[in-house]
Amino acid sequence: MRVIEKHRNILDFTLSSLARRKGKNLSLVFVYTFVVFLIASVTFFTHSLKTEAEVILRDAPEMMVQRLVAGRHDLIPMSYMDTIRQIRGVQSVTSRLWGYYFDPTNGANYTLLVKPEEHSTSGTILVGRGVARSVRSKQTGTIPFKTYDGSYLFLRIKEVFTAESELANADLILISEADFKRLFAYPDGYATDLVLHVRNANELPTIATKITHLLPDTRPILREEIVRTYDAVFSWRGGLVIVVLLGVVLAFFILAWEKATGLSAEERREIGILKGLGWETTDVLFMKFWEGAVISLSAFFLGILCAYGHVFFTSSMLFEPALKGWSVIYPDFRLTPVISAYQISTLFFLTVLPYTVATIVPAWRAATVDPDTVMRA
Amino acid sequence: MPSRMSTRFVIFLVTCVALVWGMLLHAHMSRSSTGHALQERREVIRRFQLSDLCLFTDARYIRHPVAADLHTPFQDYPLSMEHFPSGSLMPVPPHLRRGGGE
Repeated sequence: MRVIEKHRNILDFTLSSLARRKGKNLSLVFVYTFVVFLIASVTFFTHSLKTEAEVILRDAPEMMVQRLVAGRHDLIPMSYMDTIRQIRGVQSVTSRLWGYYFDPTNGANYTLLVKPEEHSTSGTILVGRGVARSVRSKQTGTIPFKTYDGSYLFLRIKEVFTAESELANADLILISEADFKRLFAYPDGYATDLVLHVRNANELPTIATKITHLLPDTRPILREEIVRTYDAVFSWRGGLVIVVLLGVVLAFFILAWEKATGLSAEERREIGILKGLGWETTDVLFMKFWEGAVISLSAFFLGILCAYGHVFFTSSMLFEPALKGWSVIYPDFRLTPVISAYQISTLFFLTVLPYTVATIVPAWRAATVDPDTVMRA
Repeated sequence: MPSRMSTRFVIFLVTCVALVWGMLLHAHMSRSSTGHALQERREVIRRFQLSDLCLFTDARYIRHPVAADLHTPFQDYPLSMEHFPSGSLMPVPPHLRRGGGE
């Protein structure tokens, strides 16, 4: 009990000492909080997005096969399907017809997809929420498409996809095969790419090798690669943002280091007086420890709480302009929070410990010198 | 209001720790409650045989990073921005900005 009471007294003294330099310490806490907030926001955002992609894309096609011509993705002949079907272990091969349409009226890019089993009525389309939001002619519910020969094809919006699925299909337009071919003069006997199902998922790499051997101008993409791409993309983005933030963090550390290592004359005199009054060296060190802890703990907690609110309640409002970029269609979605005690403790060790330790070292140097010398200096 | 500053600071810390626990609890509960939305997204991916999330729509190698060509720059519509570092050094020409992309 005596130990607790001693520390409470030291903490009382430390807080009064901090309150005497209110302006300086409050600005330090503000900058510190902002740095923690930025790092935590990036960590929470990228981790949640990566987890979301991993969960959703578990149902992506097991394998896609593209054809490459002169290093670029090109239409694939339907006859390739017969060659692939002959490979042992392949359960089914289906063709996909899809492409992009740039709408000059609003500057949006749409993804057009043909799926006969879902939609086959000519003259109508099923659209994602992002498309529905961006179209100019909302009253008529019709979108004019400029075809390959310059004429216009008017397609009526029959249905809008649900808000829950926006992260997967905000810019998607489901169109009939006849309209798709009319729009782009798409040649018969070709598809955009092929989708494969196999009997045993363990055989996927072997089947992919066989495909590239039989059809050297193709590029198989495995589901595992799809998930890995997203993992890499978000890590890269997270990494890039952290590189940008590094400047802010370094500036903060210089500030903290300056404050922590270079004790002011006033602070040295304070230590001298305290020692003269009978404070032990350990008491002075405890005082400096509490000073560092008060500032860093306050900034840490305020920073991560604000970051959580920012990412999961305001849909990362501050990052939005950067994420939207030049997109006209942007999905309106809220990330499912994915945070763990591991993330919180990593942030704690990265932000709180260095500051607290850096505060003690110079105080130890000042506290071990004779009080008379310190006060006269 | 407690008179001792240390008591006030301890109350502040305890409140913060409680809020962080609340944050972890909220994250856990949100995961359970958004299961339906997640299932719906998975269903859309499965039904339409999609390979990518619709996060960015300004360029096709960003819209479908999985199906994109390997390192082929300037492969999209004129207003698209490069995502390679050199792309950030070269802005969109003014005559293209007059289009609908602004």
